[in-house]
Amino acid sequence: MNTPLSWIKAYVPDLSCTAQEYTDAMTLTGTKVEGFEALDKNLEKIVVAKILKIERHPDADKLIVCQVQIDEMGTVIQIVTGAPNVKEGDVVPVVLDGGRVAGDHDGNKAEGGTKIKKGKLRGIESNGMMCSIEELGSNRDMYPDAPENGIYIISNNPEYQGVKLGSDAVELLGLRDVVFEYEITSNRVDCFGVLGIAREAAATFRKPFVPPVVPETGNSERAEDYVSVEIKDTDLCKRYVARVVKNIKVAPSPEWMKRRLAACGIRPINNIVDITNYVMEEYGQPMHAFDLDTVAGHKIVVRRAADGESFQTLDGQERTLDASVLMICDAEKEIGIAGIMGGENSKITDSATTLLFEAACFDGTNIRLSAKKLGMRTDASAKFEKGLDPNTAMEAINRACALIEELGAGEVVGGVVDVYPKVRTGRRVKFSAEKANKLLGTELSKEQMISYFKTVDLAYDTETDEVLVPSWRQDIECQADLAEEVARFYGYDNIPVSLPTGEATTGKLSFQRRIEGYARLVAEQYGFCEAMTYSFESPKVFDKLMLDAEDILRRTVTISNPLGEDFSIMRTLPLNGMLTSLATNYNRRNKNVRLYELATIYLPKELPLTELPDERRQLTFGMYGEGDFFTMKGVVEEFLTKVGLNGLVTYDPATRRTYLHPGRKAEILYENCAIGYLGEIHPEVAESYGISDKAYVAVLDMPLVTERAGFDVKYTGVAKYPAVSRDFSMVMKKEILAGQVEEVIRKNAGKLLEHCTLFDVYEGSQIEEGYKSMAYSVGLRAQDRTLEEKEITAVTDKILKGLSDLGIELRK
Amino acid sequence: MKEKLQAIKDNAMKKMEECLSPEALNEIRVAVLGKKGELTEVLKSMKDVAPEDRPKVGAMVNEARAAIEAFLEEKQELFRKRLREEKMKAETIDVTLPAKRQTAGHRHPNTVALEEVERIFVGMGYEVVEGPEVEKDYYNFEALNIPANHPAKDEQDTFYINGDILLRTQTSSVQVRVMEKGKLPIRVLAPGRVYRSDEVDATHSPNFHQIEGLVIDKNITFADLKGTLAEFAKELFGEETKVKFRPHHFPFTEPSAEMDVTCFKCKGKGCRFCKGSGWIEILGCGMVHPRVLEMSGIDPEEYTGFAFGVGLERITLLKYEIDDMRLLYENDVRFIKQF
Repeated sequence: MNTPLSWIKAYVPDLSCTAQEYTDAMTLTGTKVEGFEALDKNLEKIVVAKILKIERHPDADKLIVCQVQIDEMGTVIQIVTGAPNVKEGDVVPVVLDGGRVAGDHDGNKAEGGTKIKKGKLRGIESNGMMCSIEELGSNRDMYPDAPENGIYIISNNPEYQGVKLGSDAVELLGLRDVVFEYEITSNRVDCFGVLGIAREAAATFRKPFVPPVVPETGNSERAEDYVSVEIKDTDLCKRYVARVVKNIKVAPSPEWMKRRLAACGIRPINNIVDITNYVMEEYGQPMHAFDLDTVAGHKIVVRRAADGESFQTLDGQERTLDASVLMICDAEKEIGIAGIMGGENSKITDSATTLLFEAACFDGTNIRLSAKKLGMRTDASAKFEKGLDPNTAMEAINRACALIEELGAGEVVGGVVDVYPKVRTGRRVKFSAEKANKLLGTELSKEQMISYFKTVDLAYDTETDEVLVPSWRQDIECQADLAEEVARFYGYDNIPVSLPTGEATTGKLSFQRRIEGYARLVAEQYGFCEAMTYSFESPKVFDKLMLDAEDILRRTVTISNPLGEDFSIMRTLPLNGMLTSLATNYNRRNKNVRLYELATIYLPKELPLTELPDERRQLTFGMYGEGDFFTMKGVVEEFLTKVGLNGLVTYDPATRRTYLHPGRKAEILYENCAIGYLGEIHPEVAESYGISDKAYVAVLDMPLVTERAGFDVKYTGVAKYPAVSRDFSMVMKKEILAGQVEEVIRKNAGKLLEHCTLFDVYEGSQIEEGYKSMAYSVGLRAQDRTLEEKEITAVTDKILKGLSDLGIELRK
Repeated sequence: MKEKLQAIKDNAMKKMEECLSPEALNEIRVAVLGKKGELTEVLKSMKDVAPEDRPKVGAMVNEARAAIEAFLEEKQELFRKRLREEKMKAETIDVTLPAKRQTAGHRHPNTVALEEVERIFVGMGYEVVEGPEVEKDYYNFEALNIPANHPAKDEQDTFYINGDILLRTQTSSVQVRVMEKGKLPIRVLAPGRVYRSDEVDATHSPNFHQIEGLVIDKNITFADLKGTLAEFAKELFGEETKVKFRPHHFPFTEPSAEMDVTCFKCKGKGCRFCKGSGWIEILGCGMVHPRVLEMSGIDPEEYTGFAFGVGLERITLLKYEIDDMRLLYENDVRFIKQF
């Protein structure tokens, strides 16, 4: 929403402030000014001047030498110009020596403007410059009377006859103004019009608000004799007001109207179109004009369209409708899409003589949805979709008719056809000053609060302690809304500052967050940097990761309106993000990259989704470069130990993880429950991500880890009795896993086992083909005694027996 | 005898004085105090001394011995120190050679910023809680006073799974879940990932993070909201940070406000960073709408509360002067290692 200050001042005549003051003050009372632009920025020393004489430049074909009178006293200066469109007698804007213009004649604006100095053009002295509209910082859209290429000729505009030479041309052209851009919140429908903002400005600056006086309009005829209106779908059309204007005289609008529209960013067209736009800007109420002669039966019917029906809008486009779209029809056919755009078949052409003005109130939601569906969000629909006050329709149409008469644009027919099934009135809202103070933490008097209400036309009934809220303030419904009115006019800044009192609460992180904290700590200690990746991905990712066709992870939470395929499903495993990030680093030649992410995955409980999916955070590690499978394993174990998972961690290579190297993968089991997996990324998968190095990942399911985590440590005495150590150097078949050997040792040593450490693995010469040797150091200790030799022998014998059951022999 | 002793002592002292190495010193020690040393010899010859003179001579010998030993020790200490100094001198290193570092990983800037915010609010008695990202329409909209067809639903460009389930557009959904539990008073901070249908560019991401705060108790006022957030801003951006509250509109709070902080780059003077205003918009907040309290089963006549929502990425980008949001999701280690 843009408005020029001049338009606001028209209704708040006492307003006097700088643009910055206006911006700050309005923002602090809730009408946020996003920014402003002075139309006269960089325009200096530009006067109205008259060309007295034109001669050819002696040395340049394309230049002329003009004698220009720059004041009423008859001062004449010489200006050389290349402009093709000037003639003797023309009155033009001239920037004098030392003055400034906003840009060049192609409309390119220069930072700080362009300074104009006297000088010589091909040897002939020139003491200023005649200006085009572009050099004055505007354009032909806003000044339709400006020539396409050349100087703006003031004397061609009949409104500027008799202007004094030497007077301020910037002022004359309506450029001594500031345009403010607002961010209006969706609840303040009334502020989508200049009048609403002016009312807020008046309240903010405590100045009187003087809305336009709209006189009675119309001849002695009756509009009812020209047109009838029927609303079939009253749920979507709350009110329809129609008036008739005959004998229209299409002409350009007066400059004041053009200037105000232009400042709002609306291109002036002609008086009829401009009036509807002007009223829309002023009241926030869109209007439409039909050629009454094209309206069959001179009857307006408001009803829903038929499914699949097609309709040509006045921009010439064919639109396909459905039964949710509201249409304006005549006795035979559709003539407009309600609130969005009129039809080609009823638009105002040059031959039109009689107009039907429409000011209606349509259901905001319906208009919003229809505009979206049809892909045509227009100025009108943007206003309607906020949900307008039906009472404004009448004010707006009367204002439009008053302007028709004022501008002599036609003959307004008396009376109004108004169909308004359910009249909306203002509401009464109970108010308690005490409660308002209690909510705000203030100590304001009731009188002070009531005075704030009055500034924005909220009357107060002292009998009942109710605020009378006018229908245009649809946002005020309860005590809290009134408290906000008090707060914003008292000033948010003036409300005191305190801290909550009352019952103390314990600040804390959840247990889960503490465990995550440890995950970060351990990961970072091992050199992993934290990554964050998108929660969405493409279903193609599953093929990239070589998941089986029937893999359960292919069952996803799917977005019905995604940004594109790449963002269409919620991830069910965290690897794509990790591999993509590793690949990014790999491509950029970053060496030895280690990343981790606490990534949430989303597992549907059933499909189609009827309840919320299972959201599980996955501690995901990924790396390439230095380190291997066992580095990854080390990080995993360090983390598990850190968060109190001190039980048995085992690794099962028999896992179906298709994206992992078949010979380098394992399910991580904690006390026989799978809590995650790790491995080298399948070379084919790595390649498809563009990583030509070995990449390793480990994934831990945090909910499972957290369930098992704890910090309940009990001290066990530092051993007092000596330990004994026995080394076992063994030969076994290659297929036997270290885990199996360790299991035998663990089982048979029982409580006496202190440690069991692998210190050598060997394959090669001296070892039979298909066999390997492994050497373990096994430490035994009892808490309460020194172990006797026979106890030790008993244990080692048991271990040896267990090993030989697996076909393992001691190395000779 | 006396003279002899004096001579031994003087001689030993002189030799030690002139001695230049610990080895030479040791030789002197052996020569004087050793088993066959001069002084030892004197002691051995005590049997020749008259018994009545023996204590006197003994005392003289001991005195001489003590003096020699003291000087010897002094001299030894001197050599020891000299030796160490020489050794240390030889050990001198170039301290400007590169450091050897254990290369620890780094935390994502979002996490660094989030932990900072959490620390501040945990200190003020807030419990950090979380809620689901895939959420029911009810918690994300309806219970927050955003009924069906409310324009705010469009404004937030929601990703839908189906008619009833969506990707939450705001962490405010957690407010409702906390209030529903009915345990009062409430002071919670709910950080988490949220989703809006925005194409990826320098300032937008279809998933990003918010931090929601909610306080509900008897007698909570707008002044408390101001005080709490002013305190937060000072903690986060520095003691000299000022805050400004501007009226705004959110369906779930009334009155509502946006909070600006003084630009931390120019300290409020106005610069390119804050577009000349001296202020930077940081969060939205307000008093919890009575209808929202009511819908979650809290009596708005008895309880009031405030809520606020901060965009985590907004804080991260501002605090670390990151100019492109895409960097946050690219995970280039050269970026992450800066935090």
